[in-house]
Amino acid sequence: MGNKSVLVVGGGMSGITAAVEAAEAGCEVFLVEKNSYLGGRVAQINQYFPKMCPPNCGLEINFQRIKKNPKINFFTLAEVESISGEEGNFNVTIKLNPRFVNENCTGCNKCTEVCPAERDDDFNCGLSKTKAIYLAHPFAFPMKYIIDANACQGDSCGKCVEACKYNAIDLKMEPQTMTVNVGSIIWAAGWKPYDIGKLSNYGGGRFENVISNIMMERMAALTGPTQGKILRPSDNGEPKNIAFVQCAGSRDEHHLKTCSSVCCMATLKQVNYVREQYPDANITIYFMDIRAMGKHEDYYQKVLEEKNVKLIKGKPSEIKEVPETKNLLVLAENQFTQEVETLEYDLVVLATGMEPATAEDKVPAQLNYDVDGFVIAGPPTPGIYAAGCTRKPGDVASSVQDATAAVLKAIQSTVRR
Amino acid sequence: MDKKYGVYICTGCGIGDAMDIDTLIEAAEENNVQSCKTSPFLCGKEGVEMIKKDIEEEGINTIIIAACSGRVNYDVFDFGSDKIVERANIREQVAWVHEPDGPDAVDEEEDHTGRHAADVIHMAYAKVKSMELPEPYKVEEPSKAILVVGGGMAGITAALESANAGYKTVLVEKEAKLGGWLNKLYKVTPLKAPYTELEDPNVDEKVKELEEHPNITVYTSAKIKKIAGAPGMFDAVIDVNGSEVQERIGAIVLAAGSQPVDAEKLSHLGYGSYKNVVTHAELEEMAKNGKIVRPSDGQEAKKIAFIQCAGSRDPERLPYCSHACCIESLKQAAYVSELNPEAMTYIFYKDIRSSGTYEHFYKKIQETGAVFIKGDITGITESGDGTLTVESEDVLLGGKASVEGVDLVVLATGMVPNTAFGKELEVEADDEGAADEKEEKGTQDVIIASDILNLDYRQGPELPALKYGFPDSHYICFPYETRRTGIYAAGSVRAPMDMAKAITDATGAALKAIQCVEATAQGAAVHPRSGDLSYPEFNLNRCTQCKRCTEECPFGAINEDEKTNPLINPTRCRRCGTCMGACPERIISFKNYSVPMIGNMIKAIEMPEEDEEKPRILVFACENDAIPALDMAGINRLKYNPWVRVIPVRCLGSLNLVWIADAMSEGYDGVLLMGCKHGDDYQCHFIKGSELAEIRLSKVSETLDRLGLESERVRAVEVNIMDYMKIPQILDEFAEELEELGPNPMKDF
Repeated sequence: MGNKSVLVVGGGMSGITAAVEAAEAGCEVFLVEKNSYLGGRVAQINQYFPKMCPPNCGLEINFQRIKKNPKINFFTLAEVESISGEEGNFNVTIKLNPRFVNENCTGCNKCTEVCPAERDDDFNCGLSKTKAIYLAHPFAFPMKYIIDANACQGDSCGKCVEACKYNAIDLKMEPQTMTVNVGSIIWAAGWKPYDIGKLSNYGGGRFENVISNIMMERMAALTGPTQGKILRPSDNGEPKNIAFVQCAGSRDEHHLKTCSSVCCMATLKQVNYVREQYPDANITIYFMDIRAMGKHEDYYQKVLEEKNVKLIKGKPSEIKEVPETKNLLVLAENQFTQEVETLEYDLVVLATGMEPATAEDKVPAQLNYDVDGFVIAGPPTPGIYAAGCTRKPGDVASSVQDATAAVLKAIQSTVRR
Repeated sequence: MDKKYGVYICTGCGIGDAMDIDTLIEAAEENNVQSCKTSPFLCGKEGVEMIKKDIEEEGINTIIIAACSGRVNYDVFDFGSDKIVERANIREQVAWVHEPDGPDAVDEEEDHTGRHAADVIHMAYAKVKSMELPEPYKVEEPSKAILVVGGGMAGITAALESANAGYKTVLVEKEAKLGGWLNKLYKVTPLKAPYTELEDPNVDEKVKELEEHPNITVYTSAKIKKIAGAPGMFDAVIDVNGSEVQERIGAIVLAAGSQPVDAEKLSHLGYGSYKNVVTHAELEEMAKNGKIVRPSDGQEAKKIAFIQCAGSRDPERLPYCSHACCIESLKQAAYVSELNPEAMTYIFYKDIRSSGTYEHFYKKIQETGAVFIKGDITGITESGDGTLTVESEDVLLGGKASVEGVDLVVLATGMVPNTAFGKELEVEADDEGAADEKEEKGTQDVIIASDILNLDYRQGPELPALKYGFPDSHYICFPYETRRTGIYAAGSVRAPMDMAKAITDATGAALKAIQCVEATAQGAAVHPRSGDLSYPEFNLNRCTQCKRCTEECPFGAINEDEKTNPLINPTRCRRCGTCMGACPERIISFKNYSVPMIGNMIKAIEMPEEDEEKPRILVFACENDAIPALDMAGINRLKYNPWVRVIPVRCLGSLNLVWIADAMSEGYDGVLLMGCKHGDDYQCHFIKGSELAEIRLSKVSETLDRLGLESERVRAVEVNIMDYMKIPQILDEFAEELEELGPNPMKDF
């Protein structure tokens, strides 16, 4: 009988699911997450389609499951450095990056109040700032603050150290390493939104009012940079004419070759965000195919019934900015009319796809990857499984299913030997 | 348990600045506590050591932590499972949400924040005083065997995956041969990277693996006659070719599959009238036989048109998308050109839904020369020679498309779950009719008697169906959430899905079934209260056979005997307490959650006299969403009135109306229920707890009116976890309305 413990790499929806499902099936679990909090991408999402319910609700339940289960050991700011051994007996070295805040932190916020330095808030896609010592987001679990070493002024300032009554701040904290021995590994490192900066023909990263769908999620979220108000980044104006561009950097030989499977539904959902705030706004969706799978078709049909929502079949070739207004001109061949049209919008949302984290950051073991960078589990290193968007692009429910399935495979690896 | 109480008050994080701690200690000591101590940093090393020392030296075993929310520092204040620990939240829900008391507040009796904190401690004391440590309900010799119903791709997968993890598995298939739909397939859509290559169904290989597996028992030509019992102790009676066998089962995977939409319904596409219009399945059969021909004359079919969404995405037939048909047609187009490189293929579609990595497959088929035409079909006509003309809109080229001389039209038929066939069980309607029934009992589950599981459950023989007859989960985060504990649906019976997805789904469902048998063996609950060892106990001597508990249990956990006595199945129970809330005789209790316990909490606060002009508002808040929202209001330092007193409940479904009566007679000026959204997109994790609470509330208003109490004093509000910004408004507006009504006239009685 091998080691009946499982390492889960990645603390997003798939990783959290794998960890709790494995622990509730009786396994000892180590969960490592590179961010300072668990929750991953879904923590940034405002609402789930099609129920329009808040992701924090499901995360809360999962966090309760983690809190109540002594079999789960989780580590934030942690990264896997190396893997040795074999199925049933892996030794894994994990690097723990410094938080500069220790377990004494009570989350009282006094440190942030006195901190003079600022940083771009990556949780809000850089649309706002935080102090150098900050809580990653209001629902962050664990609720412990963190210092961004690049923004912190260090010893020369030390105001937070002074303000903290609980000796929770340690500006000299060093990285540490630890080793765990496990029977199997589930890699659930998730995905990155495709970098809109690479979509130069769309002005991604250059035109302020060309945003990504993840930026849209943050703007629509109460915890986001605009407290939930959808605004044009250039002037905080209320958008009246909004375009969504599907498959922006997906299904594209020059970018992501595959379909990310979620962006169609994500856009239909975001149409509802806009509609709720701006009942009269005009919304245009440029698309190739609307992939509202299964029962999601109902949701699509409802959006089609909306007033002022127009679909144009066609992938824009170019987006230009009007310098005076910062409005956008979208050039596309409308395949419905066979005409090349240039239409003006005050906000353009690029429905960017998912790039697996493993496209760049490979698993430190001998594994195969498909053409898109997703992990193909199995030989030459059996016992390492991929879950969620490390295996395939997918929505939340599919990723949870996938992670649950990966747990059974991981358990098989621990009983096989 | 012989309880020795300790109260530990933290003065850090602004608590000490918000109230007079000496007064708080005095208040805490009014209760029969053996130790009451404070710490400026209770969660720090010294604070925790102080508590541990009391545990060791004073034998303290019942601990009240008056500090932060139980959502944080849960690990720091864990003193072992033999201790009772209660978190009195005086940080997020007191010190951080009220204005701090001034230096002379106590003398001037303006110490509203301090009084709130004291009441929170009193309520925590009343709670732990009324509870015992739960003792798990253990089944004698629980079965850990997994029953898989259905021997298609999903069922085979679930059985093999469970067995490979070491679990005994019983597979029941209604046909003589295992394999289900796979038996009818010539090729299978790509299941692995690079997602471009067709695969063989390999049924025989899979069947062999199953039949030779030491952990698997296979019954073919078999159907389930009856499943009685509960997780860990199901008794399945299986009819195998006319003779009966019985199996003891721990948990069940329902993988009964789907079938193509009734082709009779596709007459608008020429099916039934033109011989050369065939279904997807009929083409598979031809391909399996090696030759794709025109049924009209047996000639080789050279020009083949595929019509997508045949019966799907069609409000008159199947409104939903059947998920798999696009890639199934791509697969057929692929093998058609493999079998006959001369063949021409046309695909008429609305959208090509080769979602995710099947994009590669779509691309490959596009490169083979298949012609894709986007548009709705406008007509199919037959010529004298049996060939067909397919006409459609042509959205991309403008105008209309017309393809003549088509040898074979293939309808990409959608799928209908096997659970959708059968009589929909009607709600036991009284004379008032179904509308009144809904008002009375809330949204009723749809159960279709599909003759698959034949559960011996009071609430019906099959899994409740969501939309379109699929027994799916309603939760995005929890796709394996089930309304019948220990029974997990997987594959195309659960939702429309392709083969690859069904394999994953079945593997996941098998894991959930394994989890359930393991939890049941420990006497623990499964999701969402995973690990909870408490369970409801019934004092049946006082039962009046009113059936409320058996009807309202969202999980069908309670059966009835012939005299309508409730028969509880603890291993089916999810511990929400809906039965406890439903029971008018209050005979249902958990060791650590009961009607008297909450009643004592209600009575534990110090109720100000009427002339003090300090109203009191009782809030029952759902632990899952409303309590975190209240905490978040605190974390954001939002301010609201200090009149509120919050009691967390497992689910609003556990709300017993006697608590409203208790609150009113105790002198509370108003009662507010905070629960999850209900309706079609309900968010209640116990299905309809908040809805049931509101229904109960509607009944109480008449009583209140009769007593001369305004029914506006008691109300329910939907609060989800993201509604924290609205918390002050909700609480303050309610306080204002109550002020207008004036104090509760029963206050000084």
